[in-house]
Amino acid sequence: MSHCEANALTGDTYTRRFDTGPAGDTLIVNMGPQHPSTHGVLRVIVELDGEYILRAEPVLGYVHRMHEKMGEVKSFTQYLPNMGRVDYLHALAWNWAYVGAVEKLGGVEVPERAQYLRVISTELNRISSHLVWWGAYLLDLGAFTPIMYAFDDREIILDLLQIITGSRLTYCYFRFGGVVADVTPAFVSGLTEFLARFKSRLPMYTDLVTNNVILRKRCEEIGVIDVDMARRYGATGPVLRGSGVAYDTRRAEPYGIYDRFDYEIPTFPEGDAMARYMVRMREMEESVKIIEQALAQMPEGEYLSAKAPKPAWKPGVGEAYFAVEGARGKIGAYVVSDGAKNPYRVKLRAPSYCNLSLFAELAQGVILADAVSIMGSLDLVIPEIDR
Amino acid sequence: MPDMNTLLAGIPAELTRLVLALIGLMAFIGLNGLALVWVERKVAGHVQRRPGPYEVGPFGLIQPIVDAVKLVGKQLATPAGADKFLFWLAPLLSFLPIFLLFIPIPFSENLVGLNTNLGVLLILAFAGLNVLALCLAGWGQNNKWGLLGAGRAVAQSVAYEIPLLLAVLAVSFQTGSLSLAEITAKQGAWPWQWNIVVQPLAFFLYFICAVAETNRAPFDLPEAESELTAGFHTEYSGMGFGLFFLAEYANMIVVCSVATVLFLGGWQGPVEPGWWWFLIKMYALLVVIIWFRWTYPRVRFDQLLNLNWKWLLPLSMVNLLATAFAVKLFA
Amino acid sequence: MISQTFKEAVSAVWSMVVGLKVTGRNFLQPQITVHYPRQVVTNLDTYRGHIELVAKDEDPFKAKCILCGQCENNCPSGCITIESVTRETPAPPAPEPAPGEEAKPAPKPKKVKELTQFMLDYNLCSLCGLCVQHCPVDSLRFSTDVYLAGFSRGEFEFELLEMLQKRGKK
Repeated sequence: MSHCEANALTGDTYTRRFDTGPAGDTLIVNMGPQHPSTHGVLRVIVELDGEYILRAEPVLGYVHRMHEKMGEVKSFTQYLPNMGRVDYLHALAWNWAYVGAVEKLGGVEVPERAQYLRVISTELNRISSHLVWWGAYLLDLGAFTPIMYAFDDREIILDLLQIITGSRLTYCYFRFGGVVADVTPAFVSGLTEFLARFKSRLPMYTDLVTNNVILRKRCEEIGVIDVDMARRYGATGPVLRGSGVAYDTRRAEPYGIYDRFDYEIPTFPEGDAMARYMVRMREMEESVKIIEQALAQMPEGEYLSAKAPKPAWKPGVGEAYFAVEGARGKIGAYVVSDGAKNPYRVKLRAPSYCNLSLFAELAQGVILADAVSIMGSLDLVIPEIDR
Repeated sequence: MPDMNTLLAGIPAELTRLVLALIGLMAFIGLNGLALVWVERKVAGHVQRRPGPYEVGPFGLIQPIVDAVKLVGKQLATPAGADKFLFWLAPLLSFLPIFLLFIPIPFSENLVGLNTNLGVLLILAFAGLNVLALCLAGWGQNNKWGLLGAGRAVAQSVAYEIPLLLAVLAVSFQTGSLSLAEITAKQGAWPWQWNIVVQPLAFFLYFICAVAETNRAPFDLPEAESELTAGFHTEYSGMGFGLFFLAEYANMIVVCSVATVLFLGGWQGPVEPGWWWFLIKMYALLVVIIWFRWTYPRVRFDQLLNLNWKWLLPLSMVNLLATAFAVKLFA
Repeated sequence: MISQTFKEAVSAVWSMVVGLKVTGRNFLQPQITVHYPRQVVTNLDTYRGHIELVAKDEDPFKAKCILCGQCENNCPSGCITIESVTRETPAPPAPEPAPGEEAKPAPKPKKVKELTQFMLDYNLCSLCGLCVQHCPVDSLRFSTDVYLAGFSRGEFEFELLEMLQKRGKK
């Protein structure tokens, strides 16, 4: 076995460059890219001493699709469908980040109703994203049933979003100057029904999982991130709020119409996996609150501005950065235009990328099962990391 | 055509009985294994608000047979660098001792393979063989995940055997026998005459240990697929995996049978005592184990051992001591 | 201290029982899955499948398409290819000049571009809807065709005009 000849690892570049510790009797294993708990295609090279992790090194790039480069060869409008595929779980937040940046660049007005539609759809999408995280996390921890209950609720959200966006996962709903379709009465009635149902489902989630002693033991005091560490790595979203920092892009740099709603930014000071878990559970409730308010306030009007740019539109020379709060943290789109039909450069800030970089430090010295728990609690979406 | 009696005359009756019992048990384990797979998948399905298998045969009853055929039909791949002998010895070693475990279990008053007065001991002794199989499987397959799984299996089995033994001993103290038939006979037909009323703590401890001993969720650490991909059976394909799978279910049946005998009055029942009571009680316990699996997350390895050494072991000691005192005082 | 530990243990065991109660309750509730193919989902009318051509109101065999090429140019994946021919319609006979007037020049023959082929390579399509959104005459719409399966890529290269004409015959 390879742990006998410790410093002569064979394999690809990453493996060969992996420095083994001085002990020489450690076990070096590849967690992934086909490991069940790395959610697809993340690979972590792990040096194990028994069950304890001495060192963990994530290897990225297995689903790299050149999204940023594609932005340079497509026109502003043509780049829209890419946004639904960067992060397949919270596609609408990415929609919003890119559309927002281009609107800022070109000075495009967004009608009032479209703003509300954006909020409603993005928050719905956030709930569905957190539900998938919840189910998948519990799957990582060995419970099979919660993901089925989560998908039961998520299915309704997908049905609702299908009404307005037409698709169920990789949405391409936002346009410069609005959204592509208006809501229907079926959507509104379905949404009110869903919100009531979802609120009654949350206690069941608490009973089945949150209060369960096994889950608590698997999450509490595991992977503690203090504020300083979170700041050092640029963690955002629930990971940062789980360390007690009330930073939410919706509140800190209000965009759209988020300043009109009354909602809380849930924070938990513990910084462990349980805190991040609780932040996400509470966030779902807050999203419900936002949707309810938006639904009540939504005015009549056009959903896509009449002055919305035509497809061959050029926003003019300039650059713009627009950040939104995704389910995983701060999503940023930085668009530079040299006046041509295509963007000169598109840079996407993926929150999972920064959150993942915490993992190597967190995983040091913990038991293998805890590493799985920590990785799950960071809520990584690998396609977003690789982009 | 020689007469059956003359043919058998030269062979001791006990041996004939044993061979017949083994054949019967083979059928019993096979059938119940298949039935349990079906029950497991149906329970899982309904817990998750979906139908479970329903396409193959009425209510999907044929599904486990089709699955078994699929497993048998698959190629038996031996990974490169594996110890071929140990690699293929392990599934056999995991499955074959199961027959021995069933021999002393009294399914009804007369339906017992070998009525020995050391029945409990026999079962506990041979149940230990399973961990050897898991250990060999993990070691022989030249897979690092498998090795980790094997390590977990050994630590877990060794730890949980102790409180299991102590819980069983408490019942033996109380009844003054190690013979399963005698323990059954000493319990009455009605639920309040069963040992579980006298020994609730022992039953509780036994049941937890039994779940851990059979590597079932929430204690399925040796295979923990989200941590160790598939643990000790990572590299097994086809019937190699199938035997481990079957052995897991057979082991579940054994521990539930023993629980039925020790704590739930075995084949005795309020009306018409017989093997059906035994089966009903056994399956009720099996369903509870399955129910656990589809409800709980997996515990962590050190927590599993902590639970054992810090809670189960002291509790079973206390229980055993209390039983011993009570027996001395009142008997 | 000890009583605290035992209290915690009891509440831990109780939390496990509560979990069993939740799954047990769900076990008894009706299933929520749709048993395809015996049942099918009912919300297909909102599904946006591959695009299809919309026929003219007066002629179910002709598409509304005016061959502006917006869809072809705006498609991010380049999955639309439009073929057309230019036909000359015979000029209407020149009206007889009224007495006393000069004879008008004979009207020129009209050149009409006609759609002959509308190819959609559905393998490449990302269903963004930009073509449908930007069609000036609403000649494109989404189908609700979700039950698509095939053995080769070629089966997903659709000729939309042909499909339109097939629909027209029905």
